Amino acid sequence: MPSPQFHSPETVEQASALLAANPQARVLAGGTDLIVQLRSRRIAPTAIVDIKRIAGMSGIRAADGGFAIGAATPCTALKDDKALAAAWPGVVEAANLIGSVQVRNRATMAGNLCNASPAADSVPALVAAGATVLIAGPSGQREVPAAEVTSGPGKNTLAHGEFVVEIRLPARPQGGGDAYLRSIPRTEMDIAVVGAGAALVLDASGTCTSARISIGAVAPTVLLVEAAGAALVGSKLDDAALERMAEAVRVAAKPIADKRGTVEYRIAMAGVLAKRVVEIARQRAEKA
Amino acid sequence: MNAPQDKASFKPAYDVVGTRPVRPDGVEKVTGKAIYGTDHVAAGMLHGAILRSPHPHARIRSIDTRKAEALPGVKAVVTGADFPSLASLEVSLGEGSGNIAAISRNCMAHEKVLYDGHAVAAVAATSAVIAEEAAALIEVEYEVLPHVLTIDEALAPGAPVLHEDMFTKGLPEKPAEPSNAALCFTVGRGEPDAAIAAAHTVVSGRYSALAVHQGYIEPHACVASYNADGQVQVWASSQGAFMIRTLCASILGISQADIRVTPLEIGGGFGGKTKVYLEPVAIVLSRKSGRPVRLAMSRADVFRASGPAPGVVADITVGADADGTITGVVMEFKMLSGANPGNDTHSGAMSALAHYNVANCRVTGWDVLCNTAATAAYRAPGAPQTIFPVECCIDEIAQKLGLDPIDIRLKNAARPGDVGIMGMPAGEIGYAECLEAAKAHPHYSAPLGPNQGRGIAGGTWGNYGGPSTATVNLGEDGSVLVTTGSPDIGGSRAAMAMMAAETLEIAYEQVRVTIADTSSIGFSMLTGGSRTTFATGKAVILACEEIIATLRARAAVMWSIDVSQTEWRGGAVHCLSGDKAGTSLTMGQIAAKAGFSGGPIAAEVALNAQGFLPGFGVHICDTEVDPETGHVSVTRYTVVQDVGTAIHPDYVEGQMQGGAAQGIGWALNEGYVYDKAGRMDNPGFLDYRMPVCSDLPMIDTVMVEKPNPAHPFGVKGVGEVPIVPPLGAVANAVSRAIGLRVHDLPLTPDRVYAAMQGKS
Repeated sequence: MPSPQFHSPETVEQASALLAANPQARVLAGGTDLIVQLRSRRIAPTAIVDIKRIAGMSGIRAADGGFAIGAATPCTALKDDKALAAAWPGVVEAANLIGSVQVRNRATMAGNLCNASPAADSVPALVAAGATVLIAGPSGQREVPAAEVTSGPGKNTLAHGEFVVEIRLPARPQGGGDAYLRSIPRTEMDIAVVGAGAALVLDASGTCTSARISIGAVAPTVLLVEAAGAALVGSKLDDAALERMAEAVRVAAKPIADKRGTVEYRIAMAGVLAKRVVEIARQRAEKA
Repeated sequence: MNAPQDKASFKPAYDVVGTRPVRPDGVEKVTGKAIYGTDHVAAGMLHGAILRSPHPHARIRSIDTRKAEALPGVKAVVTGADFPSLASLEVSLGEGSGNIAAISRNCMAHEKVLYDGHAVAAVAATSAVIAEEAAALIEVEYEVLPHVLTIDEALAPGAPVLHEDMFTKGLPEKPAEPSNAALCFTVGRGEPDAAIAAAHTVVSGRYSALAVHQGYIEPHACVASYNADGQVQVWASSQGAFMIRTLCASILGISQADIRVTPLEIGGGFGGKTKVYLEPVAIVLSRKSGRPVRLAMSRADVFRASGPAPGVVADITVGADADGTITGVVMEFKMLSGANPGNDTHSGAMSALAHYNVANCRVTGWDVLCNTAATAAYRAPGAPQTIFPVECCIDEIAQKLGLDPIDIRLKNAARPGDVGIMGMPAGEIGYAECLEAAKAHPHYSAPLGPNQGRGIAGGTWGNYGGPSTATVNLGEDGSVLVTTGSPDIGGSRAAMAMMAAETLEIAYEQVRVTIADTSSIGFSMLTGGSRTTFATGKAVILACEEIIATLRARAAVMWSIDVSQTEWRGGAVHCLSGDKAGTSLTMGQIAAKAGFSGGPIAAEVALNAQGFLPGFGVHICDTEVDPETGHVSVTRYTVVQDVGTAIHPDYVEGQMQGGAAQGIGWALNEGYVYDKAGRMDNPGFLDYRMPVCSDLPMIDTVMVEKPNPAHPFGVKGVGEVPIVPPLGAVANAVSRAIGLRVHDLPLTPDRVYAAMQGKS
């Protein structure tokens, strides 16, 4: 077995060309999924393209009133960006539930997204927050909603030669708040059995004017449950509205049974977690 | 760590015993210099890889190694055909006992593979990458056989049988057909059925727990070097270098004098390193290649092919009088021992009721085989599985009768002089003292919050003594070198140094301890059974006493007086008569001139330590259960244990905390999971969920020090007892928190949630 070639391009164009030249090439950002898959022989790429040497790939910058997060930015760095952590605490917390501290010092949200695990912790939070993803490829760049990057377990929608350049989050809306929670048997170092994200906007009276509810680990991809959000809009997040929202989540959840949980448990927990994230998001929105 | 309890009434004053000095192996370990399994390098060493079966049960039709052998860098490929064919030969090694042929076949499959992960071939090559690549080139033709994974499947009529020559032992008559039941073992006394029929209150239930792994952080690893003259060296991380020597010699037909096993540091064992897996394979690879060979397991290999402790299903009925006196117990349990007969059925049956004085009881254990990894000892092997149902039933009786859960245990507790199930009176055991200490602990009376419950459970383990050898040598400067053959898993170097220092009345720092290879010290049984501080410690103490006698004799020579006119005091010999009366000679002064008084000063003691006593524990566990999700949080935990005399209290408390943490893991989230094809579905720490730090509260410890009269300092053994009570303590706490009992472990969130849904 020959060792894979290792490339560290310095421009987006070089990286894209290297990826386009070799269908077996894989992108390396943090490597916390890639290296594990290599060592367990689940994948055997003939080339690895490290994107960390590309200028702008690591770090967070202000963009269009919101945030642009370079694809190679490690999760722990998100916590250090006070503006980001204040604007989108749910996203930052979700990214900092992945693995352990050591893993998060390397792992990136872009990698978490492209690895396309249905249980990826940062993805429901990004989807709820309305994040978009800037993708570069041989034919230029395109921007897509975060929810459209994955198509199934381990499968993403990136075309041959494409890779994620940055993740973009909008400005936090007036009266906005977001949150993410997951259910795991332990307290940390685990994979979500169910995950739920919420991003709300409340007006001055406390009435919900916008709600995006997402769920993870209960379908082949992270789901944005529009009916759940719709159940909250116009309400003051009273118990009846919350129950309608949770029911919409339970209806949308189509989990499998596996070693991490039963179908029944995952569906029930999707509803429980959705209510809990909405409550946290509400508290944050009220403080906004 | 907690301050030791004031138990002055139990404990004589010592200078060194009971203090908390820095461990002598500490600096080397925390600075990364200590040599563990994969750290050892031999000149010219090759790297090995093992090909493992993907099937849980299959006949090996053929193995074609030609492509692997042709790969550049490959120096040897071996299969079962390279191992001697062995007639059944029993060896007795305590926890590591077993049948040599079965042990050999577990290291390398011969005719059949019996579980996912069973070794079928091995390669030695110039690099680990080449070795792994070569292993993947080995072509094995399997005839896949139907497999069994559970007790019900294994015992079902017509079930596929793992060993066609295995007939259930322990039955009145030899069965006509082979089966997967290796053993039936019953202990009891009195008339339990009649007692239960006449009882005021009866509780019963079927309880289960899954197989769990010992979870040591260091995977198995060794290096073997076979010389052209037939002499072999092995360097390995294990609980017993002599165990490795015995088993490798037996499996491979080599003289024990020709195998020298050097113990490397060990990153945890918990009973799981009382077997050989890699060492015989590495020796055969080295013999074939002519070079030293390293073999090391990955974490997935460790899970699939080593350990675990057996899972259990137990049916139990307990009868009691209105005052809580337990009048009768009938329990039948089945241990799921994996691919080979296990060792936990006897100890499980003997332990189940050993902490209570029950007049009428019958405990029947079955050793059941299935197509999962052959089980190994795990901390008090067998006891957690059988004491868990007992402690749950006692809790239910207490609830039915409105009794305090500690009071009911005190009413039934085994006490010194009580006649045990084997007809022997108990010695100076301390279960009742533990129960009293638990009742007096502030934890027991602390208020509980909403959704919280408090569970109590007791437990016991027999501990052990057995053969050990120790030598003590004096340096010319009077410093003391202690040598043993007992690998140090839990701080035993420190304990040995402390007992030597106490005996010799010198400073702890004046003593250094070495764990020698098997050619440099006499036989010691492996480190296990909570025996080392008791048995090897006793050998060290007696050797130090011989040193004292020798020093007095040498001083008498130097003073030209009779030895009776000398006295040992404060680490020196004092002259009681003659012109030197009133003077003294230190160890250094005598040692420096030893050449003139009779030669080097040394002592060796080899003994079979008798008089070991069982240990007892009582655990208090508070849990909080999330009513919406079924998540169980352990909010407070206290371990009370009769430890005998605590030589080094830090390491005693560490054992108590570590055992409790492992038991809590067994109760809450750990367990082997298999897919439909019979492959282990969680062979890694991600989905095999041992507790992480944030899963556990600070575990409080209370040492009850009731000395063992058969040990010079009162040692009983502490390492195994603390894993016994947590299964019951956690289950009882959860049952009180949610108002119903879940009989099956682990108490995962989905299982607890489903139980709560069933109630409402």
